[in-house]
Amino acid sequence: MAAQPEALGPSAPTRSLGGQESISSWPLVDRLGYVLCWAAGIGLCLVTGAIVLYMLFKGASYLRPYLFVESPTGVPNQSKAGGFLDPIVGTLIITAIGVAVAAPAGVAIAAWLSEYGRPAWLARAVESGVEMIAGTPSIVLAIFGLLIFSQVFFGFLSQTSAEGHVYGKSFIAAGFMMSLLAIPLIAASTREGLAQIPSHVREASYALGKTKATTLRRVLLPSVRPNIASGVALGMGRIIGDTAIVVILLGATLRTEGVGNVPVLSTLRGTGSTLTNYVYSNSPTGEGNAPEKAYAAAFVLLVLVLVLNLVVTRLTSARSGAQAWTR
Amino acid sequence: MPPPVRRIVVDREPTVIQPRTDRAPAPAGNGALGHRGAGATRAAARPTRTAATRATERMRIESVWLAYGDRWVVRDVSLPVRQGEVLALIGASGSGKTTLLRALNRLTEITAGASRAGRVTLDGEDIESMEVTDLRRRVSMVFQQPNPFPMSIYQNIAYALGEEGSVRSRRGRRQDLRPQVIGGQQQRLCIARALAAGPDVLLLDEPCSALDPISTATIEQLIVGLRETVAVVIVTHNLQQAFRVADHVAFMHLGELVEYGTSEQVFDRPTQQRTREYMGGAFG
Repeated sequence: MAAQPEALGPSAPTRSLGGQESISSWPLVDRLGYVLCWAAGIGLCLVTGAIVLYMLFKGASYLRPYLFVESPTGVPNQSKAGGFLDPIVGTLIITAIGVAVAAPAGVAIAAWLSEYGRPAWLARAVESGVEMIAGTPSIVLAIFGLLIFSQVFFGFLSQTSAEGHVYGKSFIAAGFMMSLLAIPLIAASTREGLAQIPSHVREASYALGKTKATTLRRVLLPSVRPNIASGVALGMGRIIGDTAIVVILLGATLRTEGVGNVPVLSTLRGTGSTLTNYVYSNSPTGEGNAPEKAYAAAFVLLVLVLVLNLVVTRLTSARSGAQAWTR
Repeated sequence: MPPPVRRIVVDREPTVIQPRTDRAPAPAGNGALGHRGAGATRAAARPTRTAATRATERMRIESVWLAYGDRWVVRDVSLPVRQGEVLALIGASGSGKTTLLRALNRLTEITAGASRAGRVTLDGEDIESMEVTDLRRRVSMVFQQPNPFPMSIYQNIAYALGEEGSVRSRRGRRQDLRPQVIGGQQQRLCIARALAAGPDVLLLDEPCSALDPISTATIEQLIVGLRETVAVVIVTHNLQQAFRVADHVAFMHLGELVEYGTSEQVFDRPTQQRTREYMGGAFG
């Protein structure tokens, strides 16, 4: 190669430096792979764009302000079926409970696995337990949850019939089972972050006379905040998007119905529905058969997920910049 | 599009930056050490320093053996660690310098399968019988890679002191750190952090190997300045650096302590054949 010395300098990177590689010189397999990579990426963009645009046009055209402030009513006539205030509130409550339970639990599991993890057999058991839950279909979790929460012992969490039968359907019950969907995601993402912290960072803290627990709390966990955030965002997506648990453990009632008289607790003990469930029951397949509302609700669901993800990422990773030791 | 391939032009004029003559720490190249017995050159290469006023023994390493699994990496090493002077551990990779250093504040214990024989005392007290967090507060350590914690400079120091600091200061000053604080400054922060709690002994594990020469010079001067207040032990691969900062030098080879003496003696008149060979090989 014979590049001219004057070609170097500030403008050098913009110019191709002789002997440019041409794709036509690649083996056929590599060329196919190359094209496939492009196609896959662009294809995914198209699908995403189609979903967002379709939901935007379809949903936004049916969106009316009253939908956000009115509770749904059980009328077959679409124009009189009310709004979806209750499902929106239900979604938010379920997500809040799910994340509030899953975040500390997931982080704790990850911290234990990555920083302690002894004895080894127990660590392996915990690991496969987490994987197992991650792979379990949510409908199975829901049925299991119903079994648990309809025990008399848990009667205070939901409604009890006059004969003493515990229904086991409530926001608390559903929220707890929902947290199982998010825990594996949060744990995995936190563990990954902890594994990326080089050992000398831990040792630097130990060398200052700090205990393992202090190191974890003050140095390691703050470092993995972005990882926790992305785990929470993923988990939140799972929770918001799940329908099976809502149908089985939340009752999927049209309106949020409290149990008891204590203001907040009555709602948490009561039944309700979420947007996913509302979309399902109003779609042509469901009994509501109000597709216009289903489209509008689906649009709101999409926006809600995007906004929540954005908020979580903003809150936790604004200061995440590259760590000194990873640069 | 494939990434552009960067090519190195061989016949290009090298960019030469003229050295500034007014800069104090002159870079000590091979030349300074290359001529044996060139005392004048040697003195110039060393940062200005007075002889250690008094050296009091703080730590004593008494026939220490260290092993990872069933492999001995340190064999029967005995050394004094004195305040008022810098002790440099030199030797090839795998000679057990770093392991020995880590044994001084029992950091070896966190390595699974590490074991130890022999005795290390701090002010006459066996470190084995001390509370480990207590020991590490008194025998602090700085690592090869600068590793400031993900908090502000203020918080880094406060953390070492065991003070929580208010939420406000944590928030407000977090931005102080990264990315503006770069390599050498980060390492100085790490040294400051290690010194914050007022340790008796400071262990430095190749503190300059990830730094540029100017940062290195700054840190070397810092190290020399520190020896009056703490006993300093430095592990280094850089013989020039050992010569510049150390009062005593211990040369280790394959886990054994081959030679220990004052810096002048080890570099000028090594008594052991292996030391001579190592120095010779390193200096060409």
